[in-house]
Amino acid sequence: MLPAPFEYHAPKTVDEALELLDQLGDEGKVLAGGQSLIPLLKLRFASPGHLVDINKIKDLDYLEERDGALRIGPLFRHKSAERSSLLASRYHVMADAAPQIADPIIRNRGTIVGSVAHADPSGDWGAVLLALDADLVLRSSSGSRTVKARDFFNGPFSTALEPNEMLSEIRIPASRSQTGGAYLKLERKVGDFATVAVAVHLQMADGQVGSAGIGLTAVGPQNLKAERAEAALKGRVLDDAAIKEAAGLAAEAAEPKADHRGSVEYKRNVVRVFTERGLRRAYERARGGG
Amino acid sequence: MGHSITVTVNGEKKTAEVEPRLLLVHFLREKLRLTGTHIGCDTTHCGACTVLVEGIPVKSCTMLAVQADGQQVTTVEALAASGTLHPIQAAFKQEHGLQCGFCTPGMMLTSIALLQEKPDPTEDDIRWALSGNICRCTGYMNIVKAVKSAAVQMKTATATPEAATAAARS
Repeated sequence: MLPAPFEYHAPKTVDEALELLDQLGDEGKVLAGGQSLIPLLKLRFASPGHLVDINKIKDLDYLEERDGALRIGPLFRHKSAERSSLLASRYHVMADAAPQIADPIIRNRGTIVGSVAHADPSGDWGAVLLALDADLVLRSSSGSRTVKARDFFNGPFSTALEPNEMLSEIRIPASRSQTGGAYLKLERKVGDFATVAVAVHLQMADGQVGSAGIGLTAVGPQNLKAERAEAALKGRVLDDAAIKEAAGLAAEAAEPKADHRGSVEYKRNVVRVFTERGLRRAYERARGGG
Repeated sequence: MGHSITVTVNGEKKTAEVEPRLLLVHFLREKLRLTGTHIGCDTTHCGACTVLVEGIPVKSCTMLAVQADGQQVTTVEALAASGTLHPIQAAFKQEHGLQCGFCTPGMMLTSIALLQEKPDPTEDDIRWALSGNICRCTGYMNIVKAVKSAAVQMKTATATPEAATAAARS
């Protein structure tokens, strides 16, 4: 299958890329890993007139902690996340999610930032970023602005990005002590999209929940943040009652649709079970275990 | 509008004029007539079209040929270029790691990349690494055996000059 014809641009700098996006307007589309975009082009679900390939731009493949934030560059690929000791030791929810994205060959090329910009409601990283309360840096030729992950997703494949903007960095509050996280995903087979997945991030403080983040995958028109569940945990001792209550609220926050992967009731129940398990696992990790 | 690209395929520089929408797999199969790289699902699921780009397994149906400009691509044709089977090929043959053979080029290239990263993989490592390559004959047992056997061969064989060359070529 061939995509519809398009013009191809391979800028060498971010400024050049942004200038192109400015000129091209709706017809311009950024190409990073291409593992979602190229299939979309082939299936003719999308047919932008121009692709702006950012792979020739130097220094966009990074993951670093700087000035109180973990920063992820636009060409940081899933496979690097999967192999990162920084994520394994301090950002558990990301380390859990990375090896569950698609399959190993796709992870060799696909990027976290590209996947987030693609905004598939069944995408995994969106839920992870919601749980981590990430900031997204949107850059255009006239400057940059920062939006919270919760304000970024507008619906299926729809985000706050303007046509002339590119998602230039993801910033996650730097991990402190007593944090733990987990990502639990139910998929029919390797490489399938999630039936349901739940991202959990906990910041403990003096035996109580300082803050909790819960993101949901594939149970709504976009990745969802289970805000009532998060609020119910704040300041609580994480006992069975608190975990059950939060899991119930997360299940209520889900808006699943019945399809070949499961019924509404089934998916909602998986959200409940995964939220419980995720909270327990995150708590163990926050206490230095698991 | 055509783009002139130069891709080093199996060690040889190939220059061609391509349309931006041409996929790498079509460039290899149709422009270069390297038909060992197969098109299976054509939707990024099956891994039959896997080639190595700069040594890393990539689904060549999900990469544009223009993106390979200036890069090194390795296809299955490189493995026995000198007429001697690469250890991974010998192992697939020995262990009956194929039935119809359609998925085999992708399986072998992914396996080679695995063995470079992990020369002594466990069964789990192998199954994990190959989880993006689908065999519809479902001959996975023997594929796993073949990769294990190739790992042993490649380790002992780096002692012999021929095998060292084969390993370097991969």
